[in-house]
Amino acid sequence: MKVCMFHLMPYRDLPADFEQRYKSAFIDPLWFDVADSEKVGEYYNATLDELLHAAKAGFHGLCTNQHHQNVYGFMANPSLMGSVLAKQTNGQNIAIVQLGSTLPSTTPPTRIAEEYAMLDCISGGRLIAGFPTGLPTDATISNAVVPVEQRERFREALALVVKAWSAKEIFAWNGKHYQLGMVNLWPRPIQQPHPPIWIPGSGISSTAEYVVILDHCFCHLSYYGAKNATAVTDRYWELAASKGRDDNPHRLSFLQLIGVADSDAEAEEIYGPHAEYFFHKLLYTPAYYQQIPGCLEYPALRQALTHNPRAEVKLGELKAKDLYERGFVMVGSPRTVRDQLVAYSKRLRMGHLLALLHFGSMPTALCKRNIDLFAREILPHLAPLWDDEYEDRWWPQRLRVKQAAPAMAVA
Amino acid sequence: MAASEVRRIRLWQDRIETEVEMSGNGPALVYLHGPWGLPPDRTFVARLAEACTVYAPRHPGTTPGDESAVHALTGWLDLVVCYGELFDRLQLAAPFALVGHSFGGLVAAEFAAAAPGSVSKLALIDPIGLWRDDNPVKNWMVLRDDERRPSLFADPQGAAAQTFFATPADPNERAAVLAPFVWAQACTGKFVWPVPDRGLKNRIHRVAAPTLLVWGDSDRIISPAYAEEFAKGIRGARVKLVAQAGHLPHLEQSEAVAKAVLDFVGS
Repeated sequence: MKVCMFHLMPYRDLPADFEQRYKSAFIDPLWFDVADSEKVGEYYNATLDELLHAAKAGFHGLCTNQHHQNVYGFMANPSLMGSVLAKQTNGQNIAIVQLGSTLPSTTPPTRIAEEYAMLDCISGGRLIAGFPTGLPTDATISNAVVPVEQRERFREALALVVKAWSAKEIFAWNGKHYQLGMVNLWPRPIQQPHPPIWIPGSGISSTAEYVVILDHCFCHLSYYGAKNATAVTDRYWELAASKGRDDNPHRLSFLQLIGVADSDAEAEEIYGPHAEYFFHKLLYTPAYYQQIPGCLEYPALRQALTHNPRAEVKLGELKAKDLYERGFVMVGSPRTVRDQLVAYSKRLRMGHLLALLHFGSMPTALCKRNIDLFAREILPHLAPLWDDEYEDRWWPQRLRVKQAAPAMAVA
Repeated sequence: MAASEVRRIRLWQDRIETEVEMSGNGPALVYLHGPWGLPPDRTFVARLAEACTVYAPRHPGTTPGDESAVHALTGWLDLVVCYGELFDRLQLAAPFALVGHSFGGLVAAEFAAAAPGSVSKLALIDPIGLWRDDNPVKNWMVLRDDERRPSLFADPQGAAAQTFFATPADPNERAAVLAPFVWAQACTGKFVWPVPDRGLKNRIHRVAAPTLLVWGDSDRIISPAYAEEFAKGIRGARVKLVAQAGHLPHLEQSEAVAKAVLDFVGS
């Protein structure tokens, strides 16, 4: 299995009374009331340092993502971060996992096709092309996408991007949402016809079905932990089987918040404030920003209104020990965390673990210690999983061979 | 309150099915509902039907069982032309009285500008469609829980607000009521997101029908100041402010609004 370091790039120094001053982590916080540009410059650099540290420590991939107008994570253009990572990791067997640019928010979407192609060229064919549909606030409020059009724009844009990457001739695109008279992309990705495509989702919806049908990798980006993911992953594997797909675990990526220390007690203590910061301040998003009419298609809307288990969880009331007990954050000694991750990786059949080793207000020193302990004590036990049984078809070809020569030597 | 007849009409190369609830006797009056769908407006429609033959269509996508029809229309021109097709199919004796609330008011005004000869009287109840930077329209699709009632109603705890927001306790029944209510906002919001200005200001001078603007004096979605904006653009338009009413004056002061509309239509 492959293990990637995931980073959200949050605001790390929010005021203690943030939740009293604002009703949401998204859209509402005023920049000049809460934030500081000098500090944010440090955060962006620290984020890159932490990701590059993970690369040196032996992780298999580095993940960036796109969000807007919030304190929770604001890599407004993940390609900017990805280009630094691609350049700095040349010569290492590291996948650049853009998870990623949001197609419905970008017009024309060929702009993302170009940026990703640039990243694939800069990295020597190490790109994983992630395409999230985007959070409701990101797409509809920050980028003015019509809510009920978000998903159809996404699908049309992805089809356009894939065609633009590999078309041998100039073509015209006359779609419902996008019209381009002459598409002849420069550059094209090294990986042809396209880099591996990963598509995130928070549950089993029409998007998951679409991912299975197109034979891409589904990324279950949940903050509720592996312990609470079986309902979704079991349905995912049933869906895959029903569509005639095999049970290759690399069809599934899963995100988990993880904190490792020398002992369980130490881990529970040192990661507590950062776990609470993450769940109390950064994930502080009220329903009216998550449930904008139209963001869910009608059948999904009916389902969500009938039963939405997440609505019953009051994150702000949970203390660190609750977050640990519920499995939202996995903390402990290397052995504790390793045993859980190995067991859950098998149970969920995940082929890629996206380890959120920086969360909340965590300072760089602690993040790097987390990375080092994980890489030394846990990663070697996860890496061999599935390797003998399944090929990872959703990983860059040049990085699939064990102990491969550095990618740039090939390029 | 039940309509005397419900017709299901196939439109737009059979890609849309729209239910039209018909009731009453007298001259034809078409009523276009607002962002929350037709069901909340039925009592008001029934009152109009005491003096007119009222045709109350459901906006595309809000007819039960035809939710995906919202995707059949790709833009503002499609929407206006589709309503024109619907009115043709109703075989109304043109010209007819056209009444619309909020989003429905915008559609009514746009149709009256596009086909001025088709509309005999135009009554707009708190219509959206114009924009002033100094007095922006509030986004009714993204309202905090604690601001939803005061944004829509002059009296947030009044009977009209209680009825409008009432939901059954049973989860399945609740979903059955709430889903169409939310989906109606999605289907109408599609055409006015994120700023409800589709350029009516450029076309409003084409409205030729005598026009009445009815406005809740406590409308906190689109201020009553917009009544004058509409009136400036439509020759001879009259404004009637309704006291103790918010964005849904036809629900909060139903009788006053119905009487104003019927007096105007019958005059």
